Amino acid sequence: MSEHARPYTGPGDVDRLNGLGVSPGRSAGPLIRMAEPPELPAPGPVTDQAAEIATITKALEAVAIDLRTRSEATTDRTAAEILDALAMMADDPMLREDAERHARAGRDAPHALDAAFSRHRETLSSLGGYLAERAADLDDLKHRAVAAALGLPMPGIPSPGHPYILAAEDLSPADTAGLGDDVLALVTERGGPTSHTAILARGRGLPAVVACRGVLDLPDGTIISVDGRTGEIATGLTPEAAARIVDQDRAERNRLAATRGPGRTADGHPVKLLLNIGSAADLPPGPLDAEGVGLFRTEFLFLDRKQPPTFEEQVAAYAEVFARIGPVVVRTLDAGTDKPLPFLGLPPEPNPALGIRGLRVDRLLPAVLDTQLDAIAEAARATATTPWVMAPMVTTRAEAADFAARARSRGLTQVGAMIEVPAAALQAEELLAEVDFLSIGTNDLSQYTFAADRQHPSLADLLDPRQPALLKLIALCTEAGHALGKPVGVCGEAAGDPQLAPLLVGLGVTSLSMAPVCVPAVRDELSRHTIEECRHLASQ
Amino acid sequence: MAELARRTVTVASASGLHARPAKLFVQEAVRLGVPVRIRAGERTVPANSMLGVLSLGAVQGTEVTLESDAAGAEEALDALAALLSRDLDAEEALDV
Repeated sequence: MSEHARPYTGPGDVDRLNGLGVSPGRSAGPLIRMAEPPELPAPGPVTDQAAEIATITKALEAVAIDLRTRSEATTDRTAAEILDALAMMADDPMLREDAERHARAGRDAPHALDAAFSRHRETLSSLGGYLAERAADLDDLKHRAVAAALGLPMPGIPSPGHPYILAAEDLSPADTAGLGDDVLALVTERGGPTSHTAILARGRGLPAVVACRGVLDLPDGTIISVDGRTGEIATGLTPEAAARIVDQDRAERNRLAATRGPGRTADGHPVKLLLNIGSAADLPPGPLDAEGVGLFRTEFLFLDRKQPPTFEEQVAAYAEVFARIGPVVVRTLDAGTDKPLPFLGLPPEPNPALGIRGLRVDRLLPAVLDTQLDAIAEAARATATTPWVMAPMVTTRAEAADFAARARSRGLTQVGAMIEVPAAALQAEELLAEVDFLSIGTNDLSQYTFAADRQHPSLADLLDPRQPALLKLIALCTEAGHALGKPVGVCGEAAGDPQLAPLLVGLGVTSLSMAPVCVPAVRDELSRHTIEECRHLASQ
Repeated sequence: MAELARRTVTVASASGLHARPAKLFVQEAVRLGVPVRIRAGERTVPANSMLGVLSLGAVQGTEVTLESDAAGAEEALDALAALLSRDLDAEEALDV
């Protein structure tokens, strides 16, 4: 429809591009593309080793200064900490000595830098977990240093000194830490609805469009508008038109931020609006305007460890969350060969998504789940709360029954299963004979139903939560829940999308769990539809 | 050459000697300007190297040894040991 009735966006050559809207909101401003990592040229002959060493020193300094400047420019304290830590890596004396040693051995500055970074990268990635993620940061630093040594523009997040829309092939976790407050919106050529870019953008409330072909062909400085709901990009706007869009979006956000209270349709049908968190630190400060936590991911405690966290550490971390908000749905450890944790000691697999992950880790290491359930039960006693527990990647009724028995034997009364595997959705009724609730993880359920990798750049359409086959599986779960009077929620990325909320509620979903920043828009959208309208949407 | 000074401490920070605690430790080592080595298990690295300190893989409860034979070693080691024996993650939680 919008193709026929385009909103007035000012005079000029307005043209359009389309991608997948993954984080709602509108914005407009000049586009700046993130520079690509430099290609390492063929090694050059070295005539002056001292000059190569001087180039190395200057390149590393330039990288550190750039990172420190960005750290000072941002008001986001976490981002500033990360940028400072990256600057310290660029300044690292061991790294500089390694690079100089390579230069003295006859390599040119770019190759000496490349070799020095690679060695440290290997050391960190061999340690696994958190440190393996820092290895990706080193790649980013290496690209910057090599670009500086080659006299090329530095890759990474630009800092033009004015607000802008960032366009990139895709964004890595290291890139996103460098996003300053001057970024108005994100547009990427690749990526899908569950890509890192999408999750980050929703977490920060930035409008974002992914899988938008052609955006990198636009010249830097082109004024574009971004609609993170429809995925539409308009190019060639006037600065006045852009300013108007930014103002409208600000007014809309202020209006949404003023909404309060539990989730309801226009006619009062209750839908619990819950939060997805990884630790107590993810809970917004002050009084919490949500009806509980629908997904407490417990992986953070286990990352970055050679030994599993102790019972006491786990009790403390869980109790900290239980004391702040209730009820809390705790998901037991979701790791495996897809998200390796060093202490698990799992061998690499050719196809980790189809291997030992989630609850399947329990087949090899039952003590991990037993300790975790003990700790959840102890934290519940200590805080006099009633947490819910659920297991990830449940596939069969027998798995659900075993998990439920072990949780109940510890006094945990609310036990559930996540629905991420089509086999589990097809057996929803049988699973609900064993457990008290289901929680649908739409990201993995899409991946497994459509045989499409969540991160695959060319398969984003298959991962669209509106795909009829996915909706059918969700309906199987909600029908079983309805028949047995047990709750069935959604905690995947789809739950935080205001456009999907009425559809999911129409299918019979009883709760939606999402990043805290998504709650106001979902609450607002639900309040605009009656339950009948939602059901009508779902029946189409 | 001064005598080798040494302190053995247990890493107190919840996230180990990674992330913010590692940053604070290295910053302090750089600020003090006294060459100090830090050892965990069989690995010894300069305390002013972020990459070196991270590569120790020290978690909460890991025992690390600080060593220096430079001038001002005693004071520098005291300051760095004191930093390691505080839970720097907990302190961060308090000042938010």
